[in-house]
Amino acid sequence: MDDHWLVRPTTIRKLWVASIAILALLVATDIWIHHHEHFTLDGIFGFYAWYGFAICVVMVAFAKALGAMIKRPDTYYDD
Amino acid sequence: MTSFLIPPALVLIAAGAILPVLSARLRTAMILAAPLVTLVQVWLVGDGPAFEVSFLGYSLVPVEGDALGRLFATVFAIMAFGGGLFALKQKNTLELSAAFIYAGSAIGVAFSGDLITLFVFWEIMALASTLVIWCAGSAAFAASMRYVSIHLLGGVILMAGIAGEIATTGAVEFTAMTPDTPARWMILIGFLINVGAPPLSAWLPDAYPSSSWSGMVFLSAFTTKTAVLVLLRGFPGAEILIFVGLYMVFYGIVYAILENNMRRILAYSIVNQVGFMVTGVGIGTVMALNGAAAHAFTHIIYKALLLMSAGSVLYMTGKEKCTDLGGLFRTMPLTTVCGIIGALSISSFPLTSGFISKSMISQAAVDEHLAIVWFLLMAASAGVFLHAGIKFPWFVFFQKDSGLRPEEPPWNMKLAMVLFSVLCIGLGVLPGLLYDLLPHPVDYVPYTPSHVTSMLQLLLFSGLAFFLMLGLLKRTLTISLDFDWFYRAFGKAVAHKFGLARMRVWARFVKQSYTALERLVAQIYRHHGPRGVLARTWPTGSMAIWTTILLVAYLVLYFFAS
Repeated sequence: MDDHWLVRPTTIRKLWVASIAILALLVATDIWIHHHEHFTLDGIFGFYAWYGFAICVVMVAFAKALGAMIKRPDTYYDD
Repeated sequence: MTSFLIPPALVLIAAGAILPVLSARLRTAMILAAPLVTLVQVWLVGDGPAFEVSFLGYSLVPVEGDALGRLFATVFAIMAFGGGLFALKQKNTLELSAAFIYAGSAIGVAFSGDLITLFVFWEIMALASTLVIWCAGSAAFAASMRYVSIHLLGGVILMAGIAGEIATTGAVEFTAMTPDTPARWMILIGFLINVGAPPLSAWLPDAYPSSSWSGMVFLSAFTTKTAVLVLLRGFPGAEILIFVGLYMVFYGIVYAILENNMRRILAYSIVNQVGFMVTGVGIGTVMALNGAAAHAFTHIIYKALLLMSAGSVLYMTGKEKCTDLGGLFRTMPLTTVCGIIGALSISSFPLTSGFISKSMISQAAVDEHLAIVWFLLMAASAGVFLHAGIKFPWFVFFQKDSGLRPEEPPWNMKLAMVLFSVLCIGLGVLPGLLYDLLPHPVDYVPYTPSHVTSMLQLLLFSGLAFFLMLGLLKRTLTISLDFDWFYRAFGKAVAHKFGLARMRVWARFVKQSYTALERLVAQIYRHHGPRGVLARTWPTGSMAIWTTILLVAYLVLYFFAS
């Protein structure tokens, strides 16, 4: 049975809590650290956080849609 | 001017050629010594042409030194050392020979001062790399033939371009060009095929993952990066490269998201990373060119590290599908840590090598006010973390418990991984080491509070997206169709549908031609063979008659012709 401490539900829960705290803290740094605004859009608060998140959702959705068309069993080319 | 003893390319090529005849102990010594000797020779190459050779009336410059050439030759030599160390226990001894010749000719390309030398080393690379794939055994044969076909096609286009360029300009020097003549376009296309550009990008994820556990470590380094080098030298600032590069960046991400085989994920991510470099070449400013060159340097090291980590897993478990793997961190902690360091570097995490190189390319987009390019590069940076930075370590080392309990790989493989991990972090912490080697003076500070926190936000929120969408990213036993479908399935189907009847006709034609040829040979033999009428000793008089007849025939022909 798998009993490694890293995969116990209690550890995973702690990891989630710690991660969310770090993410929140990271966004909060935008209050003190001024990002040089290159192009209007990136001047919005927490730009890098929401842009990174949103773009990943879009890319996964796009990949899934494309995958629905181009995915084949991995024995496809075997004779 | 120059004080190297041997052209640097020849050290590795010669070492590769004699490796098969050496005893086991000498072989190990040669594998480890040759790249180091090469490195010394590389740094003895001064600026400017080292020597000239006259060939067919052209003066060739087989070795011409500059910062760009030394930068790439340096990382190629480091790669040959690390790869050689990693592959010491490879049972197929031919593979390292081929890999060293491959690495040596890549160094040859780096120092080529003229287009003809460039082409010669370019083709040796194509053949040697095919040999590396062959060494993986019969299962890799079909992929290797597809690989070599694409590269020979690229070689033919490149040669036609070079011939055209020499014919129009009369010069063989390899200098910066703009794609403004058909010949230069052909040179550019030849380069782009090797860089993994669309529409033929599929050659890379098709061929590389069919090589052995050690073969792909070498393959990942040389072909695409020499192509980046010649683009940097030949076509800096060619605008089309921005579009080509951005396409490659997203192609790599989307296909890697869908992929199940860990080494194919890493193969797609090569196309993705090289896309950043190609975009940099296209932007063409000093900052962008420095960034592309620096990124090629760091990329070779972290990608080799990632493939060593994947190669170790393949070597110890014999498996490379994410669906079969998972939970290996328990028994392979070092391989896991090294894999994670490679994954963080490819994602440009602060304190790793990727952070100090890739950011120069996006900075160049800012400096040039290329808003769309910048937003796409930022999106792509997030995507790198998604498709390689987290996906690779997560599905291979964590994910679920696959029940596999492999041990760590042998000492030499661990040492190679540790060495490259140290390089990844070392370059990330001390960027000056790399910046000093770049072709142009560097005016860039990577570590500012703004840059560090913005990059961390971008990456960590991509990570959040990954874990929230884990259900959507579940691996399936599938591949994704690509352009290679046209020559792997469509072409075959066409041949089946229309070809068979014609095949029979063709076979009959071949047979008849062969019979006719046989008859012709027999007839010639009858007259000219040892017993033939024309082989007899003839009197001088008959010789005179024949000469007269020939002369008359000639006169008659001449009369009618004029």
